[in-house]
Amino acid sequence: MTGKDDSPVAELRGATKRFGAIVAARDLNLSIRQGEFLSFLGPSGCGKTTALRMLAGFETPTEGDIFLDGQRVNDMPAHRRPVNMVFQHYALFPHLTVAENIGYGLRQQRPRLAASEIEAAVTRALDTVRLPGFGARRIWEMSGGQQQRVALARAIINEPKLLLLDEPMAALDKKLRHDMQIELQTLQRTLGITFVLVTHDQEEALSMSDRICIMRDGEIVQMGSPRDLYDRPRNRYVADFVGKSNFFPGRVESIDGGTARLVAEGGVTFTGVAGEGIKTADKAIASLRPEQIGLTRGAGGVPVTVINRIFLGEHTEYLVRHPDLGQFLILASRQAEAGEGNFEPGETGNAHWRDGAALILGND
Amino acid sequence: MRIYALAVYLFLYIPIAVIAVFSFNAGRYAAQLQGFSTQWYGKALANPFVMEALQTSVTVALAAATLATLAGTMAALALQGVTGRPRVIFDALLYIAVMVPGIVIGISTLIALVTVFDWLNPLLAALWPAGWSAPQLHLGIGSLIAAHGLFAMALVVIIVRARVAGMDRSLIEASADLGATPWGTFRQVTLPQIFPAILAGFLLSFTFSFDDFIVAFFVAGSETTLPIYVFSSIRRGVTPEINAIGTMVLAVSLLILVVAQSILQRGQRKGGGSAA
Repeated sequence: MTGKDDSPVAELRGATKRFGAIVAARDLNLSIRQGEFLSFLGPSGCGKTTALRMLAGFETPTEGDIFLDGQRVNDMPAHRRPVNMVFQHYALFPHLTVAENIGYGLRQQRPRLAASEIEAAVTRALDTVRLPGFGARRIWEMSGGQQQRVALARAIINEPKLLLLDEPMAALDKKLRHDMQIELQTLQRTLGITFVLVTHDQEEALSMSDRICIMRDGEIVQMGSPRDLYDRPRNRYVADFVGKSNFFPGRVESIDGGTARLVAEGGVTFTGVAGEGIKTADKAIASLRPEQIGLTRGAGGVPVTVINRIFLGEHTEYLVRHPDLGQFLILASRQAEAGEGNFEPGETGNAHWRDGAALILGND
Repeated sequence: MRIYALAVYLFLYIPIAVIAVFSFNAGRYAAQLQGFSTQWYGKALANPFVMEALQTSVTVALAAATLATLAGTMAALALQGVTGRPRVIFDALLYIAVMVPGIVIGISTLIALVTVFDWLNPLLAALWPAGWSAPQLHLGIGSLIAAHGLFAMALVVIIVRARVAGMDRSLIEASADLGATPWGTFRQVTLPQIFPAILAGFLLSFTFSFDDFIVAFFVAGSETTLPIYVFSSIRRGVTPEINAIGTMVLAVSLLILVVAQSILQRGQRKGGGSAA
């Protein structure tokens, strides 16, 4: 490793990619830190895969630059970049065995490595992904989860500066996906390789990443730690994409030292941190997380009718209706329920939230 | 409907069956069966004219199939990068080459070759250093190989291209990502993936060339391929010996076709293994 720990391992500077008239990625500016786990999160077609492919060398930016280890690599072909990728459908070579697949990268090195050296590295890689003794198997004899581990082993054996993962969990069932997420995270910490993950699954991004880069229409909307994005979304899009949220449209009544007060339908007020560009008398929305709203039988708050109840184990999710605010979600914890008891659909109660709990955001 | 289909099959295959049966005829006339014997096979294989024609046929078929496979595979790979209108034109030309009747290919190849020879031979004679006899281009093995190779190339392109199109593009990217040069990727990933199609294309080209009579008849010049020999012998009457030759050619052709088909199918299963 040449770079110091605080120097970025990779950078996008104003990277733009056009396919004809379509702009797949627009003016991406981003620096990836040594050893971090970074995720690109967004719906399909938001440009996250294009960003990844520009890092891998499969796409050349139309404008702007890509840097790896401080070196401009726009014109460096994929096979010369110290970057490896786990493909969405793994792209394992069907005509090679598991061991041959994993050793493929090492066999490309010049001067050639000794066969014994490659064999030892493959055995170590198989152990790392917990597939010892599977080397002689054919690819089609492996299950989906095993194929993913082989793809992972094949990518990490070259000790890349950057490991790119293109929706690697998309093809796995839910239980397996969860196990793989934990495994990937552990692997990333032990190996110390910088991981860049592309996903449309917000839970996956939230649980695994050090930082998340939220994208929409080829642009970066917001970038930050999972906690930052959850607590301080820049706009409705981010608040909606990261976790669940209730949105109440209204008009900003006053702003005082960064705290805005919004009046929604029926004169219900919400106060909270004012988002970027929020001005008095503007139309805006109040974003309130379901877990920030309490449901009681006592007085205070706004009267609501319970429409539906979903038991989630640790929590119970209520869908309630307010005559002016419409329907919204409340997430009640077990403890809260212990005091108040269950609400049945059709029952009425009062929804209340702390002053300042909301976020006042622009409606985009 | 079923009876109709049966009738069509009988009409198609009875003559072939008759040839096979009569090739084991002990008698010397093709029209009447006089007991079982394999003597005509021995006679056919001992006939120097038959063996010479066979040698010509095998040489031409091997050379034409090799040329067609090399050029056809390269064309199929290159066609990947061709899109839009040029692609449509290319595809149309390929299918035309396969669909055009042999007689048209035969005549047109003959006219083309003769025209080119008429033009080239004086040129060669003029260019050749004085005192050396200039080579005379003429119809023969070379023109047979060229005509068969050209036609078979279209077959190879169609077969290989289907396999190339069915190949997972991300395999190529994965190989590059792991540090393989473009040539390394071709050698280690693309070639093994499309090899079944290449082999099948070679075998089909071989059988096409080996069995072809019409095209060969026009461009063979003084050469005699096995089908041409059979045709000229028939004019002297159908003997069990001809039946024996026909049966052997049929058996070899069917065998190669079955092998080619099974290679293609096995290749597809293996390729599909990655998606399963």
